[in-house]
Amino acid sequence: MTDNRIADSTDLELLSFRLGGEDYSLDIMSVREIRGWTRATPLPQAPPYMRGVINLRGTVLPVIDLAARLGMDPVEGAARNAVVVAQSGPRCVGLLVDAVSDILALPRAELQPPPALAAANHGFVQAIALVEGRMLRVLDLDAILPPAPAEAA
Amino acid sequence: MTTPDPMAEIRASFFVECEELLEALQDALAHLAEAAAEGGAADPETINVAFRAVHSIKGGAGAFGLTALVAFAHGYESAMDALRAGRLTLTRDGAALFFRAADLLADHVRLARDGVAEAPAAAANLLDELGALCSGDGPAEAADEGDFVPLALPFDFDAAGAEGEATAEGEAEDEADLQAKADPPAGWLVRLRPGPGFYASGNEVVHLLRALAALGPADIVCERRDLPDLADLDPEAPCLGWRIALAGDVAEGELRGLFDFVEDRADIEVAPAAADEAEADEAEADEAEAEPPPAPLEPAPAPASVAAPAPPPAEAAPSLAPDTPAPGTAPAPPLPAQGIAPAILPTPASAPAAGGVEAGATVRVDVDRIDRLVNLVGELVINQAMLAQSVAEAGLPANSAVATGLEAFMMLTRDIQDSVMTIRAQPVKPLFQRMARIVREAAASVGKQVRLRCEGEATEVDKTVIERLADPLTHMIRNAVDHGLEPPTARRAAGKPEEGTITLSARHRAGRVVIVVADDGGGIDRARVRAKALERGLIAPDAVLTEAEIDNLLFLPGFSTADKVSALSGRGVGMDVVRRAIQALGGRISIASDRGRGTRFSISLPLTLAVLDGMVVRAAGETLVVPLSAIVETAALAPGSVSPLGPGMGVIRNRGSFVPLVDLGAELGFRPPLDDAAGRIVLMTAQEDGSRAALIVDEIVEQRQVVIKGLQSGYGRCRGIAAATILGDGRIALILDPGGLMPQPGQRLPSGAAPFPPVPPPPEFHPEPRPAHAG
Repeated sequence: MTDNRIADSTDLELLSFRLGGEDYSLDIMSVREIRGWTRATPLPQAPPYMRGVINLRGTVLPVIDLAARLGMDPVEGAARNAVVVAQSGPRCVGLLVDAVSDILALPRAELQPPPALAAANHGFVQAIALVEGRMLRVLDLDAILPPAPAEAA
Repeated sequence: MTTPDPMAEIRASFFVECEELLEALQDALAHLAEAAAEGGAADPETINVAFRAVHSIKGGAGAFGLTALVAFAHGYESAMDALRAGRLTLTRDGAALFFRAADLLADHVRLARDGVAEAPAAAANLLDELGALCSGDGPAEAADEGDFVPLALPFDFDAAGAEGEATAEGEAEDEADLQAKADPPAGWLVRLRPGPGFYASGNEVVHLLRALAALGPADIVCERRDLPDLADLDPEAPCLGWRIALAGDVAEGELRGLFDFVEDRADIEVAPAAADEAEADEAEADEAEAEPPPAPLEPAPAPASVAAPAPPPAEAAPSLAPDTPAPGTAPAPPLPAQGIAPAILPTPASAPAAGGVEAGATVRVDVDRIDRLVNLVGELVINQAMLAQSVAEAGLPANSAVATGLEAFMMLTRDIQDSVMTIRAQPVKPLFQRMARIVREAAASVGKQVRLRCEGEATEVDKTVIERLADPLTHMIRNAVDHGLEPPTARRAAGKPEEGTITLSARHRAGRVVIVVADDGGGIDRARVRAKALERGLIAPDAVLTEAEIDNLLFLPGFSTADKVSALSGRGVGMDVVRRAIQALGGRISIASDRGRGTRFSISLPLTLAVLDGMVVRAAGETLVVPLSAIVETAALAPGSVSPLGPGMGVIRNRGSFVPLVDLGAELGFRPPLDDAAGRIVLMTAQEDGSRAALIVDEIVEQRQVVIKGLQSGYGRCRGIAAATILGDGRIALILDPGGLMPQPGQRLPSGAAPFPPVPPPPEFHPEPRPAHAG
């Protein structure tokens, strides 16, 4: 799937944001909206990257601390932080990031698969690209979401 | 017939009706089987109900050309008719056969709904069996099968068609008038006057007349006194009546039986012939004056639009014109002078009593619409809470107009919410009936005799809960038949009746619904379960387990993959799956077993998945909602009232029993455990199984109704958390599941409490603790 996307010749639109001083991005087609940080209600016995749940116009939205999910120090959780609301299939999730930076369109040809060594990354990074001399990581939303439990019959 | 939509709609409603009829059929059969088992005579009315159900399905199916369904229903109906006429007495095996036939009929209906033309495989065999059961009346019945080939019914309501329909129908009815007028011998005089809705419900006069004629020589006269002018004619309203003089020795019951299905849609008078003769003659004279009888018409050929040509009803109706076309299919004959033009407008005169007949007191509504309503009401409740909060923050006095208005608004909201919720609630009966079938099939496949007893079928539960309960319940029922009940020989050896009993019951308890599946089998062989668990490495060899803990091993996932433990002690095949499904519904399942006496599984479920009454509390800085139904009382802990019981564990005395103390903040991982619980507020909670716990909270905020918002699946299930809700300030609060908070024996081995002693809910208040807020 990853290879197909990269091989496509059209531009890929990305929403880029900062996490721990580095640049990350997501396919903009999976982003539904961006919200300011509001305090989340913590869930008991949740993994550390799970910041809790917030009220998104009447639905309960789980918020994942993206930095913690990627193994970095947790996002501070201050007013300047942002929650990127992303959707993958039926699942909707808020991703807490340091700050949203830009929307950019990159030709797919400029995206490179992550080096094999980055396997330690759990496949979170789907591709990398160089933008104005800085490395931009394109994240794979499905890999970031916690695995769905087996369907109860 | 010209536009597909109305037809599809009617078709859909036919299948909905089928569901209801099948339910009624199951009910009636259950009663009959009960009577048969006890050796008593079957109640004729019950037989009639069953018969009518099958007959109505057959009739409707005929209208839609569902031949496979019609054929099967017909065979079934014949057997049912034998029963009704007393030619057949229902034995135990016969009842079983009837049940199987009902199951198969349901299969037929389902296949027909899904557009599958062929019959389920077992149909032919079963029909043979039914035939054999009531052999003797087979051939006679076969004769009138032709009655139920698809009929093109006058469902065409569009303008252009209407004129043709009306006239065509009139013509067809005229044909009944052309019957040979033999001298009316003494017999019966029947007046038949279709009322509004007669044709629309798929009834057809021709069939009735044929059936009448089959009883004996019949003189059929059409009464056209009320026939309006064509200009005033309402094409959909029946305006003809019939007078039938029936000669011969016919029992009144048999005669009336013909009208079983139309009696509420038509005026029917049955009287001995002699009494009415004078009147009849008068009426005839009347009619003759009013309009000369039309010249006999050539039977019109059925047009191509008919799905299948109506076959000649040959022997069924000797006194009728053999080629009577189905009404509504004959082309309109040329009419004399009077204009046809404005014939469409229905006039009150031609539709007598049209307004007087209500379409029944129920309305079928699309579930999606109700769901939308439920969601909207949910939003309304949240909104109202927000509004109340801002009014409170604005510091308006409680007696201000705004505050009182808000109060009224609050009550209204609550009323609306309650009403909406009751719309969604449905009795569990259909679910239980499905289970009855599972029992029959499972019992047949393992060769056991099983009786299913259902209790509390009228218990109402939210539709979603019912739907999602079907699978786990099926599994449990199968388990009960397969593993729970012993084989007949073992039962006899144990001094029990060979027929095993499975009890399925539903009742409301503590704001939840409790469904129990109990069998009177051998119970759980704990030694074997334990051995099996050891073998699978599920427990440590030296683990000391209570009986309840051993029973709960059945719910472990590893256990389910086991090959059958044994027919005696089995159980646990897929019980982990059942448990997961129940938990996903916000429910809990527990097990109780008595060696040699049987096993009980209790499922406790929330009544609705949409709202709940809760107590808003704070613990460790977080706001939480505790379902009010789980709270027995609240109390402040007096110093020294806590007795320590192991590290980080304490109990308090309450009403003569020890209740484990749970520090909510610590239990949920929000803060380290408290050093001293003295002076803290505790909520005393009780579960359906009688277990209790005292939850330490920091503060009780208020009591209010909250809208349940599901936590999205895929983020793991949080132990002790049932769902979430949105508070007035827009923040999310978690809804606690006090039962889930308890350590589960067998699931989480003793780091925490031992199983709580079962204590019945306290009957009255204790002087010491402080009362709960209300309710």
